[in-house]
Amino acid sequence: MTIVFEKTNGLTDVQTHYCPGCTHGIVHRLVGEVLVELGVLDKAIGVAPVGCSVFAYNYFNCDMQQAAHGRAPAVATGIKRVHPDNFVFTYQGDGDLASIGTAEIVHAAHRGEKISTIFINNAIYGMTGGQMAPTTLIGQKATTAPLGRTEEHSGRPIKVSEMLATIHGAAFVERVAVNNPANIRKAKKAIKECFQIQLEGKGFGIVEVLSTCPTNWGLTAPEAMKWLEENMMPYYPLGNYRRPEEVE
Amino acid sequence: MTKVLMKGNEAIGAAAIQAGCKYFFGYPITPQSELPEYMSRELPKVGGVFLQAESEVAAINMVYGAAGAGARVMTSSSSPGMALKQEGISYIAGAELPCLLVNIMRGGPGLGSIQPSQTDYFQATRGGGNGDYRMVVFAPADVQELVDLIIEGFDIADQYKNPVMVLGDGMIGQMMEPVEFKTPVKRELAEKDWATVGTGGNRKPNIINSLYIAAEDLEAHNIKLQAKYKKMRENESRVESYNIEDADVVIAAYGTTSRIAKTAIAKLEKEGYKVGLIRPITLWPYPFDEFKKINPNCKGILTVEMNNGQMIDDVKIAVEGKFPVSFYGRTGGMVPTPDAIIEHVKKIYGGDR
Ligand SMILES: Cc1ncc(C[n+]2csc(CCOP(=O)(O)OP(=O)(O)O)c2C)c(N)n1
Ligand code: SF4
Repeated sequence: MTIVFEKTNGLTDVQTHYCPGCTHGIVHRLVGEVLVELGVLDKAIGVAPVGCSVFAYNYFNCDMQQAAHGRAPAVATGIKRVHPDNFVFTYQGDGDLASIGTAEIVHAAHRGEKISTIFINNAIYGMTGGQMAPTTLIGQKATTAPLGRTEEHSGRPIKVSEMLATIHGAAFVERVAVNNPANIRKAKKAIKECFQIQLEGKGFGIVEVLSTCPTNWGLTAPEAMKWLEENMMPYYPLGNYRRPEEVE
Repeated sequence: MTKVLMKGNEAIGAAAIQAGCKYFFGYPITPQSELPEYMSRELPKVGGVFLQAESEVAAINMVYGAAGAGARVMTSSSSPGMALKQEGISYIAGAELPCLLVNIMRGGPGLGSIQPSQTDYFQATRGGGNGDYRMVVFAPADVQELVDLIIEGFDIADQYKNPVMVLGDGMIGQMMEPVEFKTPVKRELAEKDWATVGTGGNRKPNIINSLYIAAEDLEAHNIKLQAKYKKMRENESRVESYNIEDADVVIAAYGTTSRIAKTAIAKLEKEGYKVGLIRPITLWPYPFDEFKKINPNCKGILTVEMNNGQMIDDVKIAVEGKFPVSFYGRTGGMVPTPDAIIEHVKKIYGGDR
C-alpha cells in the first residue's frame, strides 16, 4: 500500500484546540512539514506567543519556550544569541506582534536577528474573544469596535509586511494566505524560503499569513474563507516584499 | 590574592564574568550604566555576548530566552528600568529559570532623580511583577560584599531555578573600593537537562512555560513553587548583627544606610550608649529570627532607610510588638547623616542612658 497522506513528525500527537475552520492548524502543519523537510527539527527551538496559539509549545515536536504577550522576538533573540547554530523561530498572532509587541518585532528585524517569524494575521484578537486588533479592517465589527472600526477613531489597519520590508535587517518578508490549496502550497514555499534565509545566516525573516477566525468573525468556516478573500486580500496584498537579492 | 581598586558597577561585571556569566542584555540608565559598558568591553573577550536591547522590557525577555536555553545570564538596571522588567521577572519566576538581576536604585516615584535611594524595597521583596513569586534579594553594603554576592548569586539562581536580585543603590554602584576576587565556594548543581537546546533527535521536546490553564494544575505549580521558597527561607537568609544581646537601642539598616549607622554607633559608644545593629544581607528571605536575640529590655528599634519607610514593615513583623519601632529616613537622594541617626537614638533613650 502506498501512503498518500501522513501526519508530519514536525508536530506532536497532541490534538490541537483550535476552532473548526480556524487556519492556525493549517499553518502549524506547514511549519512542521518545513522543519522536517529542511532537516532542522532536532535543532529547532520555537517560541510560542500569547493568543490562540499559546499552546503551540505542545504542538510543535521540538524544544519550545512560551513568551509573554508580544515578547517572542526578544525571547528568540536571547535563545539565538546563546545557540547561534540552532534554528530559532517565533509563531505570533496579530495582537501579539502588531500591537503589544511592535517594538520587539521591529527591533529584532532591525538588528537582522537570525530568527524566523510566522505571523498570523486574522484581523482580530482571537483568544480574548474578538476585540479589535491593529489589523482589524475599516468597517469590521469587533467587541471593542461594536459599530465597526473607523479610521478617524483608530487609524487604518497596520500593514506589517510593508512596514518591516523598509527595515534593512529584514532579509525576507512575504505575505501569503491559506484560503485554498494553491495558496497553501505557496505559503509552504514561502515558509521554507524564509527558514532557509536563517540557515544561511542572512538575517531576519517573516512570513505573514492571512488567516481566518470564524468564531470571532461570526461566520461559518466557508464564509470565513470567502470573507478573507473579499476583504482581507484586497487590503493586504499577497506577495514577496523583500528577498535577500534586495538586501545589499 | 591581591586587592584591586574598583568602582562598584564595574566590580559587578568582573564578578559576574568570574562566575561564568556569558550573556548580558540591558538598557542604559543612570546610575548603573558603567555595568553594561563594562560588559560590552569585557564579555566578547571571554566568548560571551553583550547586547543592548531596545528597552528594558526586551532586555528581560532576552534574559528569559537565554536562561531557558541554559545560559548563565544577567541584566541590570535602575529603578524606573527595573519597574519595566517586572513583567519578565514574573515570567522567569513562573517558568523557573535561573538568572541574576541587579538593581542600582535611584529616587522615585516616576523619573525621580539619579541620586541613590532605597525606594524599591517593596518592589524587590514583595514580587513587583504579578503573581505569588519570591526571589533571594541581596543588599550588599560594600564593594567586596557586592562581588562575593554576585558570584554566589549565580549559583543560588541555578540551584533553585529562580531569579536572584542584587539590590544596591547609586552610592554603592558609583563608589570605588579595594576588592579581592576570592575563589568562590561552589555549590553542587544539577545538569540543566530541562533547557531548550534542540532535542538532537534523542529526547522528547523540552518546554519552558509559565502557563497552567487548569486551576488544579496552576495550584499544584504554586504549591511546588512555595515549597521551593520555603527552602530558600530556611537556607538562604543572611544577616550581620552587632551587640544586640546587650543593646538598649537597636538600629535596623541595610546597604549604604547600614554603613552610616555603623559610624553613628561608634560615636554613640564613645558617649557611653549601648546601641546594636541588625543589618539584613538578604532582604528576602528576611532574617526575622535575628530579632529574637535582642536584649529583652531594649528600649526600641530604629529603622533607617533611604525611603519613607519600607523595611520598617518587616522589622515590625520581626519584633512581634515586643519593642517600639521607629523610623528615620531621607529621600530624593538625600543620605542620612550619622548625627541625625544619633539624635534619633538619643530620643529613644529619652535622656536616661
Ligand atoms: C500583557 C498581556 N496583556 C493582555 C493579555 C490578554 N491577551 C491574551 S491573548 C490576547 C490577544 C491575542 O490576539 P492575537 O495575537 O491576534 O492572537 P489570536 O488569539 O487572534 O490568534 C490578549 C490581549 C495578556 N495575556 N497579556
Ligand atoms: S478564536 Fe479564532 S483564532 Fe482562535 S482558535 Fe478560534 S477561530 Fe482560531
